[in-house]
Amino acid sequence: MVKWLEGKGPESDIVVSSRIRLARNLEDINFPQMITKEAAESSTQRIKDAILSSNSVLTREFEFKRLREISELDRNVLVEKHLISHTLLERPQIGSFLLSKDEKVTIMINEEDHIRMQVLLPGLRLEEGWDLCSKIDDVLEERLKYAFDEKLGYLTSCPTNVGTGMRASVMVHLPALVLTGTINKVLQAVTQIGLTVRGLYGEGTNAMGNLFQISNQITLGESEEKIIEKLKNVVLQIINKERKAREKLLNSNKVQIEDKVYRSLGILKSARIISSKEAMKLLSNVKMGIDMGIIDEVDKEEINKLMITVQPANIQKRAMKELTQFERDIKRAELIREKL
Amino acid sequence: MLCEECGKNPATVHFKKVINGNVTEMHLCEECAKKKKEFDTSFSIHNFLTGLLDDIQEGPVKVDYIQATKCDKCGMTYGKFRQTGRFGCNHCYEAFKEKLTPLFKNIHGHEEHIGKVPKKAGGVIRIRKEIQKLKNQLNIAVKNEQFEKAAELRDRIKELEAEIEG
Ligand SMILES: [Zn+2]
Ligand SMILES: [Zn+2]
Repeated sequence: MVKWLEGKGPESDIVVSSRIRLARNLEDINFPQMITKEAAESSTQRIKDAILSSNSVLTREFEFKRLREISELDRNVLVEKHLISHTLLERPQIGSFLLSKDEKVTIMINEEDHIRMQVLLPGLRLEEGWDLCSKIDDVLEERLKYAFDEKLGYLTSCPTNVGTGMRASVMVHLPALVLTGTINKVLQAVTQIGLTVRGLYGEGTNAMGNLFQISNQITLGESEEKIIEKLKNVVLQIINKERKAREKLLNSNKVQIEDKVYRSLGILKSARIISSKEAMKLLSNVKMGIDMGIIDEVDKEEINKLMITVQPANIQKRAMKELTQFERDIKRAELIREKL
Repeated sequence: MLCEECGKNPATVHFKKVINGNVTEMHLCEECAKKKKEFDTSFSIHNFLTGLLDDIQEGPVKVDYIQATKCDKCGMTYGKFRQTGRFGCNHCYEAFKEKLTPLFKNIHGHEEHIGKVPKKAGGVIRIRKEIQKLKNQLNIAVKNEQFEKAAELRDRIKELEAEIEG
């Protein structure tokens, strides 16, 4: 479960994952919003064949799946694992995807654009992600004719993606910046330089589990390398700020932080009913405790995975049936107790 | 900071738009951002495009442009594009061209792609972009009186230019 989180990445005390996503379209077919069923089938076949019958080593890695052949629960499981997007679910009749066996690469077909490929890696590995994504792009382009304009670059369904068609994002865990109340200042600064921040799994109030996703906003007029470099620099600065805040907390409030971490672990290890919101909060505290060197008895990779597998669809998938919220809260507590 | 929409929850979604040099910032909570619907999987500002499109017109948008301008490949009207913020096909970029340059400028601050170019489709384009890059380097070399390097660059540019014409 959640294969892409296996193995540690650079800066993994703060960066959970790095993702590169590229949007591409075929030249001769209407974009998915205006596509006919027949044309959608044609784009599906062509994109699928471009990967599965190419000579590249990459291609043996992929498995093709149509959305309409997957249960609704399984679709949501994939979304919670960040393997496909929510937008793909909006077109269940024409949407499909190719997923690599290691779950690091997904090529979505007929999402908002004909092609949305993404590379998802644990830790801060943007350059590596771009490298791999660009290679897959090359394999596809060998057999497909992309909608491309000399001046505007890759033509996309939405004007916010035109140009490189690239969205690079980094998921960061920032508990100390949240605890010390400096998070808003940091986030504001980030948005002022053309990057976007959103809380992850936010349900109303806060970013759940203190997870934030930072991505580039501009896709036109800057090269992919430049965009990645800028994003990486900002993330490195945020990492620095978060580490300093953690240090400060350890210096000034050591006992309180230890108490918070151990209490959280205690509840996680013994609770019989737990909501996803509470679970995320407590998992975040434990993760912080591991990353700050307060505890070492818990495997961090397991905590990272739990942050995904405690989500509602994943819990139901594990139980192999639909559950009421109350039943989910019980199963979630079971899962956590089993893993910790 | 609290959400500007409901004023209750902390703002966790932040973004900025620039219109005619005026910077507008919005800070929303996830819930209100979701309601605005433009924050789907990653982020985007689809529904704000409508606002952007209107703001960047010199005068009010002419009603006949909205209704009459239509992409003849996919049938998308300019009015529908304004509503959804999404193009229907690659030709829409051509069909709504006159309204798009300021839009791109507002979203991205730029008008021209300088990133990756498809290998196959973009043969000539790649060479032209390469020439442009070399010309910039040539200027710098001349300015720095690196004449040997400048001569090399000039030869390479000539080669590439011959390649396009040949
Ligand atoms: Zn709000
Ligand atoms: Zn069109």
